[in-house]
Amino acid sequence: MRARAVVALVALACSAGTVAGCRPEPPRGAVVRIAFANDPPELDSAKATDVVSGFVLGHVNEGLTNYGPAGDIIPAVAKSWELRGRGSTFRLREEARWSDGKPVTAHDFVFAWRTVVDPKTASEYAFIMFPVKNAEAINAGKLPPEALGVKALDDHTLEVQYERPCAYFLGLTAFKTYLPLREEFYRSRGGRYGASPADMLYNGPFALTRWDRGAAITLEKNPRYWDAARIRIDRIDIPYFTTDPNAVINLFKDGNIDYLAGLGRDSIKRAQVERFRMKSFDEGTLFYVDFNHRKGRPTSNVHLRRAIRLVFDGPQYVSKVVGVPGTRPGTSLIPHWMKGLEAPFHTEYPVPAVRPDPEAARRELELAREELGGTIPELVWLTDDGPGAAREAEYFQWLLKRHLGIELRIDKQVFQQRLARMTAGDFDLVAAGWGPDYADPMTYADLWTSWNENNRGRWKNARYDALIREALETADPRRRLDAIAEAQRIALEEVAVLPMYERATVYAESKRVRGVLRRRFGTDPDFTYAHVVEEP
Amino acid sequence: MLRYVLKRLGAGFLTVFFLATATFVLMHSVPGDPLARAKAMTPQIRANLEAKYGLDKPKLVQYGVYLANMARGDFGISFTQQNRTVNDIIRKHFPVSAKLGVFSLFFATLGGIAFGAAAARARGRVGDGLLMLFVILGISVPSFVFAALAQWGMTELNVWAGYTVIPVAGWGSLRHMLVPALVLGLGSMAFLTRLMRSSLLEVIHQDYVRTAAAKGLSPRRILVAHQLRNAILPVVTVLGPAIAAITTGGFVVEQVFAIPGLGRYFVQAVQQLDYTMIMGLTVFYGAFLVLMVILVDLAYGFVDPRISVTGARA
Repeated sequence: MRARAVVALVALACSAGTVAGCRPEPPRGAVVRIAFANDPPELDSAKATDVVSGFVLGHVNEGLTNYGPAGDIIPAVAKSWELRGRGSTFRLREEARWSDGKPVTAHDFVFAWRTVVDPKTASEYAFIMFPVKNAEAINAGKLPPEALGVKALDDHTLEVQYERPCAYFLGLTAFKTYLPLREEFYRSRGGRYGASPADMLYNGPFALTRWDRGAAITLEKNPRYWDAARIRIDRIDIPYFTTDPNAVINLFKDGNIDYLAGLGRDSIKRAQVERFRMKSFDEGTLFYVDFNHRKGRPTSNVHLRRAIRLVFDGPQYVSKVVGVPGTRPGTSLIPHWMKGLEAPFHTEYPVPAVRPDPEAARRELELAREELGGTIPELVWLTDDGPGAAREAEYFQWLLKRHLGIELRIDKQVFQQRLARMTAGDFDLVAAGWGPDYADPMTYADLWTSWNENNRGRWKNARYDALIREALETADPRRRLDAIAEAQRIALEEVAVLPMYERATVYAESKRVRGVLRRRFGTDPDFTYAHVVEEP
Repeated sequence: MLRYVLKRLGAGFLTVFFLATATFVLMHSVPGDPLARAKAMTPQIRANLEAKYGLDKPKLVQYGVYLANMARGDFGISFTQQNRTVNDIIRKHFPVSAKLGVFSLFFATLGGIAFGAAAARARGRVGDGLLMLFVILGISVPSFVFAALAQWGMTELNVWAGYTVIPVAGWGSLRHMLVPALVLGLGSMAFLTRLMRSSLLEVIHQDYVRTAAAKGLSPRRILVAHQLRNAILPVVTVLGPAIAAITTGGFVVEQVFAIPGLGRYFVQAVQQLDYTMIMGLTVFYGAFLVLMVILVDLAYGFVDPRISVTGARA
């Protein structure tokens, strides 16, 4: 009876699927299938902030420049440019086309950038446009959007004026907020730009051809793309949206998806058992402990911070707590991969290594105790309910108790509330991370200036501020980096924050797909250089 | 009858209004900030966003605007999905959850009645014990365990078979729905089995059952025509809330099986403090629940003619 029931169930399942056959349709041609964690929340490039939207935009649109296979800036819509101290001129290629056949012009960039800084747009990423002249004033409503320092000299020449010298401006033009938007089309959508495939224009390697909200997305090769001959993938299918790590592993194992973009600590263990083809990529995000430097907080005491740094064991932390192969213990504020003048920044400006030294830590602790009036009060570690957050908190609880005899209370909040408390300064220690926006040390260095909202610990050092301001004002590359390096030295000496690690991502790809690029900036993962190898 | 329905609907509206007000107050008193982002905003950018969502206005004004819009059936724009209205999201994703829910309720009711009846008939014997063991498992083991196990089993089955016997996840065909619906309905099925069993046991020794047996009716006919009909009332009672609960989405099942239902939006909205989504979905869910309870009350009259739904003497 039971056996018959099972047979009946399977038969029902098959008959229900007979239209498509009881076998999965094998992907024909150069098709890649992947899963998303969620639906892209915003495909209007003027407003998009998240990684999923960034992935789609990076495949369907193209800015003045882009990141090449080696991670360097290459021409995209702009075929050439001329960079000056306080401005630049971009020459656009005439063959660049929108998906409706009309040319991509300099006016499209002017309109897009004005839209970004227009306060009515309320773009969260408007700040990335602030190096352009008047952007900040426009965003504050003090000037009209037309005052933005960008001009179309003709259809194919774009001239940009900077607010101040900006050595990394070229990198910014590859950022998604700098993508072009065509005025007449954008306005015709009445606020719905990016809401559906028909409400968007494409000038990139792919076009969004299907978007079943929350259920399926299809990106198809865009025949109108100026460099379409280079694109070897015909279609990217995204038929699954889930945040469940086991579900994507099951989908991958069953051959339903070709790529697992990121595996967490626990997923890696299972992927090892399943013998997936795994690779590690150091994606560049720096994780660090923010100390609360506000008045009256024990962590505003430099000796206490030094004591904590002197007991922190980076390699131990990486192996015991992070547990993702490829992760590097953090030693500096500017990550190890950041380019300097010729060599990596960290070889041009090395920082002294800090090894755990409980003796020295206790000496610092004594000093701290004296200055804090005899006792070190209980400290608060603010955290959230994300994966790994509890392990991280418990490690620091153990570390401080064992080596310094300090009690650490864990304050666990939901993510939004953790952010709110970070901003309000309601913590002593909190873990933070920062992924780079562009390929210049400044993307990290300005984080700890007194005017940066991301400096949640409100560390304030006049010398640091002055050095960063100097680096921002000068166009001389050597002087800039010298200033940034000196600023880093001060911040490390004062233990403004405690660098913990530079994160790596472990991912898996099927045997079918080759040439997928992983990037620290720009579209990640990038399928525009990928191709499909048919299985025998 | 019509008056009764109108009265119930009126009370329902009032319930939803109180629910909306309570949600508004609670949501705004929950610590946290809907505009907090991992990347901090400059005060200016934040001010621009607050203006866009009307958060710069006093709470009372926000409440008024929100009630006025709701009266017109407009729940506003989602905070996290900027170009989608909450109405769009409900319109698109509720049918998915509802479809899955109806399917799983079908399993749950059918299974619950059948297993409950079987257990009652086998009372005290091995079959009863086994069924009750499954019931306890079904009620106490959370659905994410079943979901993960079922999906793992499907994956192994497909890999072993060399082709997709049952899809591991996704949405589209009846085949995609089969396992998620079973998993989603399992808890309800177990609950209904238990309910059905005990309520059958109550009627099993009633005089009319004995009379029917004395008349020489077959045990099957007695069960179907006399016992089931009388025992099913409690099942109908819980069905109303169960329909509302299941059809508005099993968050876990939707995540595991990558189903584009409303459940995940619900949970995400709360996690991200997406004000408009929380309000819209709570009111929608509340209204749906109220409606289902009214419908079930009306259904009593059909199931059991002795019950007069209007309260008048029959």
